[in-house]
Amino acid sequence: MKALSRVYNSLIFLFLYAPIAVLILFSFNDSKSRVVWNGFSLKWYEQLFQNEMIMESLQVTLLVAIIASLVATVIGTAAAVGIHGMNNKLKKVFLTVNNIPVNNPEIVTGVALMLLFVAIISFMNHTFGTHLKMGFGTLLIAHITFDIPYVILQIMPKLRQTDKHLYEAALDLGCHPVPAFFKVILPEIASGVFTGLLMAFTLSLDDFVISYCTAGSGAQTLSVTIYSMVRRRVTPEVNAVSTLLFGSVLLLLVTVNVIQIHNENKLKKEERRGRAR
Amino acid sequence: MEKNPIITLKDIALSFDGEKVLENLNLSIYDGEFVTLLGPSGCGKTTTLRIIGGFLTPDSGDVFFGAKRVNDLPPYKRPVNTIFQRYALFPHLNVYDNVAFGMKVQKKKKAEIAETVERMLTMVNLKGFEKRTVSTLSGGQQQRVAIARALANNPKVLLLDEPLAALDLKLRKDMQNELKNMQKSLGITFIYVTHDQEEALSMSDTVVVMDGGEIQQIGTPLDIYNEPVNAFVADFIGESNILDGVRLADYKVKFFGRVFDCLDAGFEKDEPVDVVIRPEDINIVPPEQGLTGTVTSVTFKGVHYETIVDFYGFKWLIQTTEYHPVGSVIGIVLDPDDIHIMKKSRYSGMFGDYSSYSEEFDEMNDPTIDLVDDESTAAEEAD
Repeated sequence: MKALSRVYNSLIFLFLYAPIAVLILFSFNDSKSRVVWNGFSLKWYEQLFQNEMIMESLQVTLLVAIIASLVATVIGTAAAVGIHGMNNKLKKVFLTVNNIPVNNPEIVTGVALMLLFVAIISFMNHTFGTHLKMGFGTLLIAHITFDIPYVILQIMPKLRQTDKHLYEAALDLGCHPVPAFFKVILPEIASGVFTGLLMAFTLSLDDFVISYCTAGSGAQTLSVTIYSMVRRRVTPEVNAVSTLLFGSVLLLLVTVNVIQIHNENKLKKEERRGRAR
Repeated sequence: MEKNPIITLKDIALSFDGEKVLENLNLSIYDGEFVTLLGPSGCGKTTTLRIIGGFLTPDSGDVFFGAKRVNDLPPYKRPVNTIFQRYALFPHLNVYDNVAFGMKVQKKKKAEIAETVERMLTMVNLKGFEKRTVSTLSGGQQQRVAIARALANNPKVLLLDEPLAALDLKLRKDMQNELKNMQKSLGITFIYVTHDQEEALSMSDTVVVMDGGEIQQIGTPLDIYNEPVNAFVADFIGESNILDGVRLADYKVKFFGRVFDCLDAGFEKDEPVDVVIRPEDINIVPPEQGLTGTVTSVTFKGVHYETIVDFYGFKWLIQTTEYHPVGSVIGIVLDPDDIHIMKKSRYSGMFGDYSSYSEEFDEMNDPTIDLVDDESTAAEEAD
């Protein structure tokens, strides 16, 4: 029975990871073939870094991911603190509203944002004679928008764990409200803020659907570029860039998980100690 | 004690979601006093403390510090410091930085901060703990850090919100003494919130008994115990047998169909009253010499036996060092100063009958049972 379950498990993991393993393997293949292994080589990685289109879209992707995750983290933190301070009824309403974009199909979010941008831009261009078009700006706004709910979701539990009297204690000791937040609340929720930031960064990095809808012709993210390359033909360069993307996202997710596990353990330890008292 | 109060609450009223939490609250607190707000959970004592601390604003009425109205003064500008129920120490800071927090905010000189922190930690017996993180301390030690942190700010008034509720009994007794000594030697006004009547009686100069968002009685521990104003106070502070009586004339009261001498005067003629008889004041005599009753239950409590005696259907609690077995018939005699008379109030008939006496009564007076949080949570949510 045990052997059977082990085989079953291995099969599941095989189906899950075999495609990625093949992709990674063939990114190191010494020929263009997608079938025959011709020996190890890094030449596709070399070519990758000389491909201007890929490099340019990588730059866009990183820039969008960095700016969007930072901005979303600031806004999301402020929002989480605000929601946390509400009474229960209002809190429930806001958390539900916050959850809708998370569960919403991405394509709906993408198309909706696109339609909104088109409407606003054409209105602006008509009324004020501007020459706005979709591009980096709209892409960035879209990314910030879909990042925020995830940041809020990461921070809310940390706020709930925080002693509600800490902030009052800081005020009581003469601290003004804003410094009190930075001195007392932020250190308590810092790990949540950090995982929120990493989550947002990861989501921005590997987003395709929303970026495809909102970038217009002005800017292209890496995922969109890969998609357009694949439409013609899967080259080993695509393998290489996908491998890199997979590797970096994996690294970030592992980091997020490690931090979360660490926090949970710390919390459990504190609870144990609290009970022992 | 000076004549002018250091803190005055005038006609304070506060509601949360249409529910009255405080009503018609008037209170003056004098410099150097140890004042205890005492009452069951939900009585508004923590809310009152939070109004003084500046964390809640009353719907109506005024808060004065000295002669200055401070209704709109935020907590960080008030010359009071609070010791929170669960200490609220900053977990990311060590003991030194916790105690230094207030002084750092005020941008005091480093040397001065170091000197004060050392003095405070010495006072609370935590010298050498400077570098320890807060989470490695025991509950009692955390409590001491909280006290040091609050007192390091040199407040005029210290507010304490059930500070000992989370400690075990032995530690609680020690801390009661320490707090009282600290208050005396520093000469700071303490406003102390508790639901533990024994704590209130043993520590305070003035006890403010609260229930249902209103002050029931203000007085010294002795006054409150010996001269409760109504059945609620009589029952909440210690144990009481409370009976219906009629005040016939000054110093004469009738209950159980008999007339007794008492020390109270100043009621209407034939006014119905509540008669309080403390269980430890009752003298037991042979049956032929007094009122007779039958013992229905005896519980050994260490210093005394709690004996329930049935007098014509009304059950009394008597605390006595003598053992009278269940079923035995005993007589009692009441001296004039054993009898206290109170005006009828909305609490009349609710307390003081031991017919349904059981161990549960003890649990309700057991401060280790955590009734505390309900009130402050309710207050929190309504903020």
